[in-house]
Amino acid sequence: MERSFKNHLKSSFAVSIAITIFAISLFSCDSSSSKQENVNVKADHAFPAADADNGGLTLPENFGAIAVTDSIGRARHIAINNQGDIFVKMRTLADEKGVLYLKDSSGNGKLDLISGFGDFGGTGIAIYKDFLYCSSDSAVYRYKMENGIVKPNTLPDTIVTGFIVQRTHASKPIAFDGNGNMYVTIGAPSNACQESPRTPGSKGHDPCSQLDFQAGIWQFKAEKFNQTLKDDGHRYATGIRNAVAIDWNFKDNALYALQHGRDQLSHLFPEYYTQEQSAELPAEEFLKIADGDDFGWPYCYYDQFQEKKILAPEYGGDGQKIERCEGITPPILAFPGHWAPNDLLFYTGDQFPEKYKNGAFIAFHGSWNRAPFPQQGYFVAFVPFKDGKPEKEWERFAEGFTQVDSVMSTNDAKFRPVGLAEGPDGSLFISDSAKGKIWRVIYYGNKLALKD
Amino acid sequence: MRKGLFVLIAGIIISAWSCQGKKEETAQKEAPVVKEEPKPAAPTAEDVIAAGEKVYNTYCMVCHQKDGNGVAGMNPPLTQTKYVLGDKTELITIVLGGLSGDIEVKGEMYSNVMPPHNFLNDKQVSDVLTFVRSSFGNDADAVSKEEVATVRAALEAK
Ligand code: HEC
Repeated sequence: MERSFKNHLKSSFAVSIAITIFAISLFSCDSSSSKQENVNVKADHAFPAADADNGGLTLPENFGAIAVTDSIGRARHIAINNQGDIFVKMRTLADEKGVLYLKDSSGNGKLDLISGFGDFGGTGIAIYKDFLYCSSDSAVYRYKMENGIVKPNTLPDTIVTGFIVQRTHASKPIAFDGNGNMYVTIGAPSNACQESPRTPGSKGHDPCSQLDFQAGIWQFKAEKFNQTLKDDGHRYATGIRNAVAIDWNFKDNALYALQHGRDQLSHLFPEYYTQEQSAELPAEEFLKIADGDDFGWPYCYYDQFQEKKILAPEYGGDGQKIERCEGITPPILAFPGHWAPNDLLFYTGDQFPEKYKNGAFIAFHGSWNRAPFPQQGYFVAFVPFKDGKPEKEWERFAEGFTQVDSVMSTNDAKFRPVGLAEGPDGSLFISDSAKGKIWRVIYYGNKLALKD
Repeated sequence: MRKGLFVLIAGIIISAWSCQGKKEETAQKEAPVVKEEPKPAAPTAEDVIAAGEKVYNTYCMVCHQKDGNGVAGMNPPLTQTKYVLGDKTELITIVLGGLSGDIEVKGEMYSNVMPPHNFLNDKQVSDVLTFVRSSFGNDADAVSKEEVATVRAALEAK
């Protein structure tokens, strides 16, 4: 599945010469530039140089990365203002703060922790108009921004409350469209709506009443205060177990999300699934969502080998039967099971080569549910889009997060990608949930030279 | 592709290995005392731990992971926690009756669901807890079948 970068490789010599000439000419014209930079593939006049080891990441040819911060704590999603400063939503409070504000105050490419605010942990964060929206697991708030920053002691406005308190899949990721709407994922409070949670052989509730106010994506007014789930929320899509990765695609004006597929098929129903099957099934589904869509959870899951929605074993399925899953909307692309897609970003910048434009970056948090086999999926993928459709030949864009060859237990993974954001200059930021490391990925190639 | 092949091969090896394990188990069940060597009736500590590891790999590893470190924010670790090393009745109760609600383990909050494992028999529970209490850096005494039976009876009487 990995895309080869042979054509890039071939031209890399030409590229470095081109860059050298380009950089030297710029350097000599720009007399005000006092910064002496090494001219190599990983340096560019407009960007700070990449770390020698790319912050531990493996990237496609001509990309480099800077570890902009190391260990700020349990980071989740991130948002970037138009000056390239970063706001990080923390899962648990870091020094009693739920949002951290980081800025490159010395111009060396590294971020400094400037301040923090908010007394709630959570996942969702996004800038919409002149406001910073943040979610806890039970509400969405927003902070007024002035010149891109949240002034000290700014009190948040409450946008939505009334989410059902849940222990499982509690994150409330958010996204905005261009029409004044906000979308909030509400995860399922269970693995498969079983009568006895995660208990081998236990049947599923039928109907599953969890679908009434959970296991879907809800639409709210982006700027109306004090909305509640029950009074103001519109169930935009249902039958989605948990979609931590959601983003609005402005190119085709649609909501996209990735579902975390259900866990433990062989553990709960060993009579129908081998451990090998259970490690790969069901697919993590990349969904294009229209108002009113139903993606089938808990009754159905997507089997990427049979390329069908299959009846879940809690509802009488045996790994083959389809029954009520006939006609359920399939994903636009399917990934192997349990990789835990935790953020989605449609790239709109010009900093990366042309093929990245309007394609999707996906941060996979990595599995915990593949035992006895090694855990997998701790990386950032890129899915090119052509004519509004994802291409099957997606690539492993950023790897190396785990810092080990094989992850037998989740804890072996040193870093786990969880959040993505695009900087104003088109560089890509990736946050990690384990230590709170953040990388900035920059393209150092000469685009003109790379176009064939 | 290569990774796929690796997984496949690993799968075959592991499944072959687990079949072997199962075979041994059934063989033992069918003919426990008719071995050539007059084996002591009580299994050795190593036997118990090996049996406990098998139960662990089948029923607990999926959540608590191979290294017993759990999954951050989701499933707590079993490494020197107060529950693992503490009161055995409470520990057995967690396994038989499951656990949900907010709990603190080693300074971190967890609030997920651990299902009841009362479908395991007394020996499986005592084996797995003996294994857990002597693995992952833990060093606590064994749990006996009888202790499990007592807790099970008390829970069922409730
Ligand atoms: C479906 C996942 C799952 C399975 C399977 C599972 N556990 Fe747990 N376990 C949990 C969760 C989640 C908690 C914490 C529950 C809470 O937050 O209230 C927990 C808590 C515990 C605790 C107490 C807290 C601690 O970490 O010391 C012990 C001991 C424990 N489990 C042992 C076991 C054993 C032994 C098995 C196998 C027989 C097992 N568990 C199987 C998910 C699981």
